[in-house]
Amino acid sequence: MSQPATAYEVVIGLEVHAQVATASKMFCPCPATYAGAAPNTHVCPICLGMPGVLPVMNRDAVEKTLLFALALGCTIPHDSKFDRKNYPYPDLMKGYQISQYDMPFSVNGHLDVDLPDGTVKRVGVTRVHLEEDTAMLRHESGAGGERYSVVDVNRAGSPLMEIVSEPDMRSPEEARRYLEMLREILRYTGVSRANMEEGNFRCDANISLRRFGAPQYGTKVEIKNMNSFRSVQMALEYEVRRQSEMLDRGEQITQETRGWLEAERRTVSQRSKEQAHDYRYFPEPDLPPVRPAAAWIEQLRVTVPELPQTKRHRFVEQYGLSAYDANLLSTPRARAEFFEQTIAIAGAARAKQVSNWLLGDIARLQNAHGQEFEHITIAPAQVAELIDLVERRVLNSTTAKAVLERIYTSGGSPTAAASDLGLVSAPAAGLDALLATVIAANPRAVTDFRGGKANAVQALVGAVMRETRGTADAAQVRELLLEKLARD
Amino acid sequence: MSLSREEVLHIAQLARIGLTDADVQKFQEQLSHILDQFAALRRIDTTGVPPTTFALPLENVWREDIVQPSLPVEDVLANAPAREGDFIRVRRVLE
Repeated sequence: MSQPATAYEVVIGLEVHAQVATASKMFCPCPATYAGAAPNTHVCPICLGMPGVLPVMNRDAVEKTLLFALALGCTIPHDSKFDRKNYPYPDLMKGYQISQYDMPFSVNGHLDVDLPDGTVKRVGVTRVHLEEDTAMLRHESGAGGERYSVVDVNRAGSPLMEIVSEPDMRSPEEARRYLEMLREILRYTGVSRANMEEGNFRCDANISLRRFGAPQYGTKVEIKNMNSFRSVQMALEYEVRRQSEMLDRGEQITQETRGWLEAERRTVSQRSKEQAHDYRYFPEPDLPPVRPAAAWIEQLRVTVPELPQTKRHRFVEQYGLSAYDANLLSTPRARAEFFEQTIAIAGAARAKQVSNWLLGDIARLQNAHGQEFEHITIAPAQVAELIDLVERRVLNSTTAKAVLERIYTSGGSPTAAASDLGLVSAPAAGLDALLATVIAANPRAVTDFRGGKANAVQALVGAVMRETRGTADAAQVRELLLEKLARD
Repeated sequence: MSLSREEVLHIAQLARIGLTDADVQKFQEQLSHILDQFAALRRIDTTGVPPTTFALPLENVWREDIVQPSLPVEDVLANAPAREGDFIRVRRVLE
């Protein structure tokens, strides 16, 4: 990464919001999906903030938040509650957001971030809490130039998890890796779709600089409006430059919120509210406290899946895969599971072949069909059988690919598909006779070979492959030819 | 306990309420009285009493994650100050 050498240490903390994957909203039974829905069609008196309504917690949203918190090694307090965060803005129907203030669902977790240089950086997670999402605003300009906004309430009240990190990251690249790994875990645990483009995974960053060795943090700046992993990294890199230059000139950094302008590749100061934030939090009187039973927590703890990072390391240890392949195989979770299910049939000794198929031809077919791995149209048993056919030299690498394509689109067993396609290799006995015929028919090549031109045997291999319409195993044919020529 | 004029104006600003000078003076007195009542409560010795965050003897009240029909869009928009298509139209407020 091209980071200018600097006298300053970069300090970054991230605040991530991820929509929890539930069917209904956080406090009412409206659908929680908003992407693609007609405006204001997933709305009821509760999420509209009508007087006299009573919010009731979605148990699944609470459970998924607890599960995710456990995956990050958080402590789950015995007692937690929701609070009202008060501020007037048109995206808040009630004039307050139901959130969690001083008694969140979880605290004190961490994420071990794998860095490109092979080292691991532990980033503290201050807390994971649950809140409700806001309505969506779109800013418009009328024909007469008047400026106004339109509100779509569909998103209001959707369950939103907030994941707050400690200021533990020391470069924009670390911040990006942290986000990538956080997203992996969100998806692995099934807690969120965690798709930044769809808006169900959002990130704000706090960044400050200080001289190396300084005891205190510098003044922090909050950055918003970053809508891809790349823009998070770029915005932070921009801020590192901007703040270093200011400090070099002896200027003071202003504590403020800045917005990332993607097109202009820079951050700008966002007009700050006239007052410092004054949210007047108080306990939500409509929602009783949440006191998760110890048995529930223990039951959730055992359902935390093996995380991608652990899997990667285990794949290298247990199956002798390269770190690169193990990394690719570990996500999505469906592929990692497919890999191990295939190995359960084919045996650990074939891990490399299984990996090659999954990352090579199967990935290619999956892309060609535009499928998510979750919806792949092939089963572990089919891949195990395919590998077996190649190993027994019934198929070679070319014919095996043809068989894969057939079973990928039409199903069925590889053996049946190979026979349907007329791709089964000639039996060894038939092959022996064929070799004799080819040798007899190509005296020139035989003479050249005997005269010391080792390459001449390729002409004979080619002839055999043509005769078998490519079904023979070229390496095996070559071996048999060399044997035969040495003997005769 | 007495609230300053600035404190009352700050609270009014947070609530987006416009006050006349007479209002400010009136609320300075009234809000100060309310604070005095809480000051009385603060004199009670609460040593050993855990903080209360909820007044009823309830905990873990929830619903299952089941979708039910929402309102027809016309009902959603019935009380909107203005609309544009099926959106609520509001004055532009920049954060």
